[in-house]
Amino acid sequence: MSKKTLIPIGPYHPLQEEPELFKLYCDGEIVRDIKWETGYNHRGIEKLSESKTYDQVFFLVERICGICSTSHPFAFANAVEEIIGVEVTDRAKYIRSIIGELERIHSHLLWVGLAGHFLGYNTVFMWAWKYREPVLDLFEMITGNRNSYAMFRLGGVRRDIDESKIPEIQNILDGLKTKTDLLAGAVMDDPVIHARTKGVGILTKQDILDYAAVGPTARASGVAIDVRKDDPYAAYPLVNWKVITAEAGDVFAKAEVRLLEMYESVSIIEQCLKGLQKSEGQDIALKIKEIPEGMGMGRAEAPRGEVFHCVFSDGSNSPARHKIRAPSYVNIATFRKSCVGQTIADATISLAAVDPCYCCTERMAVAYDANSGKRLMNARELIELSVRKTSEIKNKLI
Amino acid sequence: MAIDLFYFFVFPGLIFAAITGAFLSWFDRKITARVQFRKGPPLLQPFYDFFKLLLVKETILPKKGSPMIFLLAPVFSVFGATMAGVFILLPLFNITTGFRGDLLVIFYLLTIPSFSYIIGSLASGNPLASVGASREMKLIISYELTFLLVIAGIIMKAGQQFDLNSVISIQQAGTPFIGSISGVLLFIAGIFCLQAKLGLVPFDMAEAETEITEGMFIEYSGSAFAMIKLTKYIMLFVLPAFIVALFMNGFRLEGISILWAILKIIVVVLLLTLIRNTNPRVKIKQAVKFFALWMNLIAVIAIVLIAFGY
Repeated sequence: MSKKTLIPIGPYHPLQEEPELFKLYCDGEIVRDIKWETGYNHRGIEKLSESKTYDQVFFLVERICGICSTSHPFAFANAVEEIIGVEVTDRAKYIRSIIGELERIHSHLLWVGLAGHFLGYNTVFMWAWKYREPVLDLFEMITGNRNSYAMFRLGGVRRDIDESKIPEIQNILDGLKTKTDLLAGAVMDDPVIHARTKGVGILTKQDILDYAAVGPTARASGVAIDVRKDDPYAAYPLVNWKVITAEAGDVFAKAEVRLLEMYESVSIIEQCLKGLQKSEGQDIALKIKEIPEGMGMGRAEAPRGEVFHCVFSDGSNSPARHKIRAPSYVNIATFRKSCVGQTIADATISLAAVDPCYCCTERMAVAYDANSGKRLMNARELIELSVRKTSEIKNKLI
Repeated sequence: MAIDLFYFFVFPGLIFAAITGAFLSWFDRKITARVQFRKGPPLLQPFYDFFKLLLVKETILPKKGSPMIFLLAPVFSVFGATMAGVFILLPLFNITTGFRGDLLVIFYLLTIPSFSYIIGSLASGNPLASVGASREMKLIISYELTFLLVIAGIIMKAGQQFDLNSVISIQQAGTPFIGSISGVLLFIAGIFCLQAKLGLVPFDMAEAETEITEGMFIEYSGSAFAMIKLTKYIMLFVLPAFIVALFMNGFRLEGISILWAILKIIVVVLLLTLIRNTNPRVKIKQAVKFFALWMNLIAVIAIVLIAFGY
């Protein structure tokens, strides 16, 4: 019988920028079991959302994640527009899709860079992030912000994309294509990268279905799941594009899917720009007076997979209940399948391969007593605590 | 005695090797930065790093483990690197002629830093450090044979001379060893051994930052870590100097030849820097296979070629 060593990844670890804790139970270098704990990053956004007006919630959900900061407003807009039962104008759809796809490009470039960094290949890291810079400049030109674009509103978008900006956008996209070619060539043809990523962290088709994984993680295992195709929204049914899949399910396949998706995104943006020229003169936002009672579900394909927002409305000016599910929430669970049995060196890149985003994921924190392992505060106790405190304050004041 | 101490502590030992190594480390970082579209550090950055660690930062001892060995290991590593440096640089600068068999002594002394790291990291009692130490051990086992084969090849090329001085003088009388097929093969194997000895990518798995957070050095801080930095500076000068002595007919310190000497060292460091910037980190299993199979094969082929006179 061998004693297993615990190798912690987290709470603060150079592998991930965000706080999280993965406990790898290792036998020598081989990972035998894995446990993960999150909850370091909980901000109570769903609760906060109930105290904001619908217009304010857009800014709030944009701040759930800094990288995919448009997919949350996207899904929220879809959800609320479902309650109202309106469809935005074509022009607004095109602008929404352009922002969504630009975000996908910058997020995938960011991942390629980080994956290089995790493999110790800092040159790829720096190059990918340099190539990402023009995309952020483009965002600044279109929306005024490099991140958190504040582009979405109920019934449309906040800013128009002028005719005069289109040649410049096209120019940057052309530059991006050559740079992506260069990067893809450097990454995809390097034999040492093949040795590090092929056959590592394999998720089979069945694993994907079992864990209900989404996004590039699922598509790299041959599951063609993509909200943009399955439940079309915005301008995606209006343009011509295809879902990228790969069969292998390893880290290399995930990188391949992401790199090829960037080309698709560029093609979608180009078609949307043509659509913008066609829909010249349309309103970019509808006037929405009130939101009826009801429930709406909105989905959007974030760079990491499906973002799901469910909004209950009681007819007032703020959501009665707002439920968010981010893609990393399901994708992180696949680590158990991809990491166990691998070495530590492989486990880290397998962890990074699904592009986990903890600030998207964290919805609840549970405290356990360190000695007895008993759960300290359950929902009932928390409510009791809250009621007691409120009454204490009341008594003090009266 | 006094002259020996001077050799060890001032020139060509500790102070000289460390200062030269620090400048080479700056060069390495600057080239890396330029390759990665960054600006890079100022010239004196390695000195700032070292003195900040030595004088300003607090040395924190791990709660578990053995503090004595933990603190002594970096000192051992500095001494090992400096001793190796003295034995390599004395014949190289033509100060003394060394002694018969010093190539093998140098070989052993060059392993002392790695072993000190292993001992120190195991004494820290950190699980991540122990993973790093086990990786370093596997790495040493795999590359040392190759390194020994390279030295054996050089000895054969030099006509069974076991000392560095005659290796250099034979090259200076004839052609440098790198000017033949077997020499090139040995040089390739030697450069990869250097890469592994210096712990640079692709062989930095013992301190892999994104996997095991600097592995062996995770618990080191303050002046103890400054000693490790010092060792790294010294090794970054001593090992390329060794390769220059073995393959590129050493230095000649007169007139324009001094520039040549500096150029040779810089070319070797540049080669190491470019390798580390164009490769991802390999796994320890792949590294062992790389040395045990491919590099040993190359070295053996080179030795066979030498036996046939190529």
